Amino acid sequence: MSVDQATVRRIAHLARIAVEDQEVERLGAELNAILDFVAELSSVDVEGVEPLTSVLPMQMKKRQDVVTDGGFADAILANAPEKDDHYFVVPKVVE
Amino acid sequence: MSDPTHLSLAEARDALVAKKLSATELTKAHIEAIEKARALNAFLTETPELALEAARDSDARIARGEARPLEGLPLGIKDLYCTKGVRTTAASRILDDFTPTYESTVSANLWRDGALMLGKLNLDEFAMGSSNETSAFGPVVSPWRRKKGEGFDDAKIVPGGSSGGSSAAVAARLALGATATDTGGSIRQPAAFTGTVGIKPTYGRCSRWGIVAFASSLDQAGPITRTVRDAAIMLRSMAGHDPKDTTSVDAPVPDYEAAIGASVKGRRIGIPKEYRIGGGAEINALWDQGVAWLRDAGAEIVEISLPHTRFALPAYYIIAPAEASSNLARYDGVRYGLREKGRDIADMYEKTRAKGFGAEVRRRVMIGAYVLSHGYYDAFYVRAQKIRSLIKRDFDEAFAAGVDAVLTPATPSTAFAQGEKGAADPVEMYLNDIFTVTVNMAGLPGIAVPGGLGADGLPLGLQLIGRPFDEATLFSLAAALESAAPKIDFPQPWWTDAK
Repeated sequence: MSVDQATVRRIAHLARIAVEDQEVERLGAELNAILDFVAELSSVDVEGVEPLTSVLPMQMKKRQDVVTDGGFADAILANAPEKDDHYFVVPKVVE
Repeated sequence: MSDPTHLSLAEARDALVAKKLSATELTKAHIEAIEKARALNAFLTETPELALEAARDSDARIARGEARPLEGLPLGIKDLYCTKGVRTTAASRILDDFTPTYESTVSANLWRDGALMLGKLNLDEFAMGSSNETSAFGPVVSPWRRKKGEGFDDAKIVPGGSSGGSSAAVAARLALGATATDTGGSIRQPAAFTGTVGIKPTYGRCSRWGIVAFASSLDQAGPITRTVRDAAIMLRSMAGHDPKDTTSVDAPVPDYEAAIGASVKGRRIGIPKEYRIGGGAEINALWDQGVAWLRDAGAEIVEISLPHTRFALPAYYIIAPAEASSNLARYDGVRYGLREKGRDIADMYEKTRAKGFGAEVRRRVMIGAYVLSHGYYDAFYVRAQKIRSLIKRDFDEAFAAGVDAVLTPATPSTAFAQGEKGAADPVEMYLNDIFTVTVNMAGLPGIAVPGGLGADGLPLGLQLIGRPFDEATLFSLAAALESAAPKIDFPQPWWTDAK
């Protein structure tokens, strides 16, 4: 399986990373090197094998569905690149 | 007392409690060593004032007879751990001058027990790398150099990665110990490259809360130290349940230090034949030597088979990037970190992430987005998760057959020089983790222990892999290897006048 230049641009957009035209070819080659490396996985017989989603056979702890934390808007906004009162400021989303 | 940076963490602890040394003297000695070692680029942020303030507090506690388990011991913190009020970068431009308003649970546990912070340590960007060359703030230089004739070669050797600042700082005696993290080998490989000890505990042993996430089903915190005993002491404080991380396990933390020196007689050690292929002649010879050391200590050696070993690294390079692409979606220029202006919000995201992420991070985020995308999810991601089940099953069967631990090499070779690997093909760098990555895939504990020096004068390490939550057995076996192996003489500080 190998990715072409249109696919590189599509993946970059999915990942929300801008790519310059002159980078596309090199990025495609790097992604293909990694995809070649993982290609041998298709030879493994995985019939009837469950996908592993947790290495620990443990029940996750549950707690009461109540507010346990909060009330520190200043701390949450402390590192914001742009803010106004207790709001994050972003470019206009809806015209 | 002679140079206190030459004490082990355990020796320093005992000297402080016996009042042969003050925490202030110990801390000042480390601060001076750090100031003279800037050529190594191990620290991204130095916090000498905070360290000295904490040392004065520790001295007062010791005087009152109220010393805590790690009272007054200066440590380095990998800059992936959020530290309240101290800039945290993950070695990425995208975090800009992010200054957490909270403390990671693991570092908070160390401060609860009296330890103090010297500063934040360099790493591969977002812990993605095996040589510390992907850091946005420049590579770390290992204190180790290759032998050349009677002297040393000029080539700058890598300290391993991603915890390269941690391994270099500990090997150069800039800290008594350091925190690190391990997603595919990022504690054990740098430890092996620098003649230090590094343990990745069982998944769930340490809280991941407040540690910048890479691949959440694989990431674990652990220490890098100069002795096995020191690693046991640090891990005991770092580990434990945390309600803020639902994958952390609510089980008591044993006194790991008590396992040091315990007999390993009758312990069954598995030697997986599949690991014979991944390394060179030199590391295979060391492996044989390690087998002999454990046999001499009374352990029983059995050959085992872990048939899916060769698929672990390729499966890792699907699962880890998939989780990374998801975790790193949060760096959008809205709530913290870098923001680049754009025409609209989507353009702002794309420009911010293009400028903020380095080449390796961008590659992995894109691979992750690809393997999770519509039409490829089952063929790549779900298949890799199934193979992960098979890898874990291999270990489960070996342990069910009575094996107490598995002995393998830690890395395929000694450390390489900057620029020697991965420039043309990213996969060349990935192969460094061939012996370590299976352990993360199966969620098991693994420890790297120095075994000696290679022909080039650089350290080589062995790895022990244990049953889930049986770190104590690993510490006993690692201590047996440590006492049998030739003593590691850490490098003399040639870097104090290097530029």
